[in-house]
Amino acid sequence: MGQTIVEKILSEHSGKKVKAGDIVIANIDLALAQDGTGPLTIRQIEKLGIEKLANPEKAIFFIDHASPSPRKELSNDHKLIREFTRKTGAILSDIGDGVCHQVINEKFNCPGYILIGADSHTVTGGALGAFATGMGSTDVAIGMVYGKNWFRVPETFYFNLKGSFSKGVYGKDLILYIIGMIGADGATYKAMEFGGEALFHINMSERLTIANMTVEAGAKCGIFPTDEITKGFLKEYGRENKFREIKPDPDAEYEKIFEINLSELKPMVALPHTVDNVKPINHSDLKNIEINQVFLGSCTNGRIEDFRVVASIIKGKKKHPKIRMIVVPASRDVYRKALKEGLLEIFNDFGASINTPGCGPCCGVHQGILGDGEVALATSNRNFKGRMGNPEAFVYLASPATAAASAITGKITDPREII
Amino acid sequence: MLKGKAWKFGDSISTDLIAPGRYYHLRSNLPELAKHVLEDAREEFASSMKKGDFVVAGKNFGLGSSREHAAIIIKLAGVSAVLAKSFARIFYRNAINVGLPVIMCDTDKINEGDELEVDLSKGIIKNITTGETLNFPPLPDIMTKILKEGGLVPYLQKYGDFKI
Repeated sequence: MGQTIVEKILSEHSGKKVKAGDIVIANIDLALAQDGTGPLTIRQIEKLGIEKLANPEKAIFFIDHASPSPRKELSNDHKLIREFTRKTGAILSDIGDGVCHQVINEKFNCPGYILIGADSHTVTGGALGAFATGMGSTDVAIGMVYGKNWFRVPETFYFNLKGSFSKGVYGKDLILYIIGMIGADGATYKAMEFGGEALFHINMSERLTIANMTVEAGAKCGIFPTDEITKGFLKEYGRENKFREIKPDPDAEYEKIFEINLSELKPMVALPHTVDNVKPINHSDLKNIEINQVFLGSCTNGRIEDFRVVASIIKGKKKHPKIRMIVVPASRDVYRKALKEGLLEIFNDFGASINTPGCGPCCGVHQGILGDGEVALATSNRNFKGRMGNPEAFVYLASPATAAASAITGKITDPREII
Repeated sequence: MLKGKAWKFGDSISTDLIAPGRYYHLRSNLPELAKHVLEDAREEFASSMKKGDFVVAGKNFGLGSSREHAAIIIKLAGVSAVLAKSFARIFYRNAINVGLPVIMCDTDKINEGDELEVDLSKGIIKNITTGETLNFPPLPDIMTKILKEGGLVPYLQKYGDFKI
């Protein structure tokens, strides 16, 4: 019997041929933690009494969630992380460098890798053909110290993608559609593998968005095969030599197969307070929803391609006077490109506020916490009650194009009416 | 044997409801963070629950972020186990790693305030209030061993490596 992509990668890293359901000990290629989970990872490493990391240059700590620090307790957490990385030789990605999931894929992650991260959106790395999964601080601590951890090989759901996106429809709309269809626990413990003739039309930025949100369906990972688009992305970051072919066997065994025609998709919106509460933009529940804040950014949609889409929609216009618009580049590289291409000037003229590369207001720590009863339209990945810092507020999730159109009108708006 | 009272919660209790982002700065002060455990799901829970009580929820408990703090503060608050119809993947593994028992069962059979007795090794829940008995499947072997040692760090301190 043939193997899925995940079965192949876990076989390679555990030294035996594995199948779904097996429990294996596998070598880890990369392990990451961030400022919310890293201090606990460090304390667990110290508790183990082992000061030496298996591969310090493969252990990366990111200061991105509360960055720059909004309060002294977090400044002290940052201090702990900086001191630990200096002491052990682990790599530090500090304030302004960007969100862990963007930076890890620009600089470190490679096709065929096992990447574990103390952050649920580590699954983003599956876009490059890696087995990338989120774990707790303790599991990541073990991975950093021992260079390995135990895994249950997941069953795989295969998403066979056909057609191509219509105007105004993006990877974000596809993954919201899938989460709405299978539910927030529809893929719990499973791998979500994407394939089909439509992959040719899905660029790396959108693959990262799609893989990023597979955890919102409960998945252990989302994963793409590698191709010319993967090669092009690695080349852009000077890592073309890291390319290798990753694909499933033709007779791989899948638990479920889904067929999706991208041409039939509409812009989608996730309504408060669950990510699977997804409706097409023209649904009656989305009529006349007035918003207070638009957030463009995050590991889901803070990339240069997202910024270009938004800039093309808002250029020469002004934001609706009642809304605030917060823009956060996902990385320093995105920031540099946006600066060079004049996009930041367009955002600034539109009336947006541009913040430090990082997580921004996504996780409710800083840079745009909502007031009681306020409504946000965000390009990020979660709309749980309290997510953006206030349990009395409401978060809608959508694509950057929908966010841009809505920032102009002040209410949730179909981008196809504007572009 | 674990003994306590049931506190009922609904479906999809996210890690944001268990350990809200607005208390992010308390993550290095876990006893203080534990005072806010599950606050956005049931405001009175943290202040009114008694040591040994059970969190009894619907499906997909613990969905969302990887923050292990969510499992830790449920344990620190004195909860003896979380019973749910199903669990989100990362939370489930985190709970075992920090030594918090997590049990999958038909929680519709348990009402708010019911007195429960749970035998982890036999996989039996006795509902003292209703007189009903519920069974639950045992954990995978590696998880039972980790839980028995009180979590992954004490497990590795004892065995030095994974034994599977």
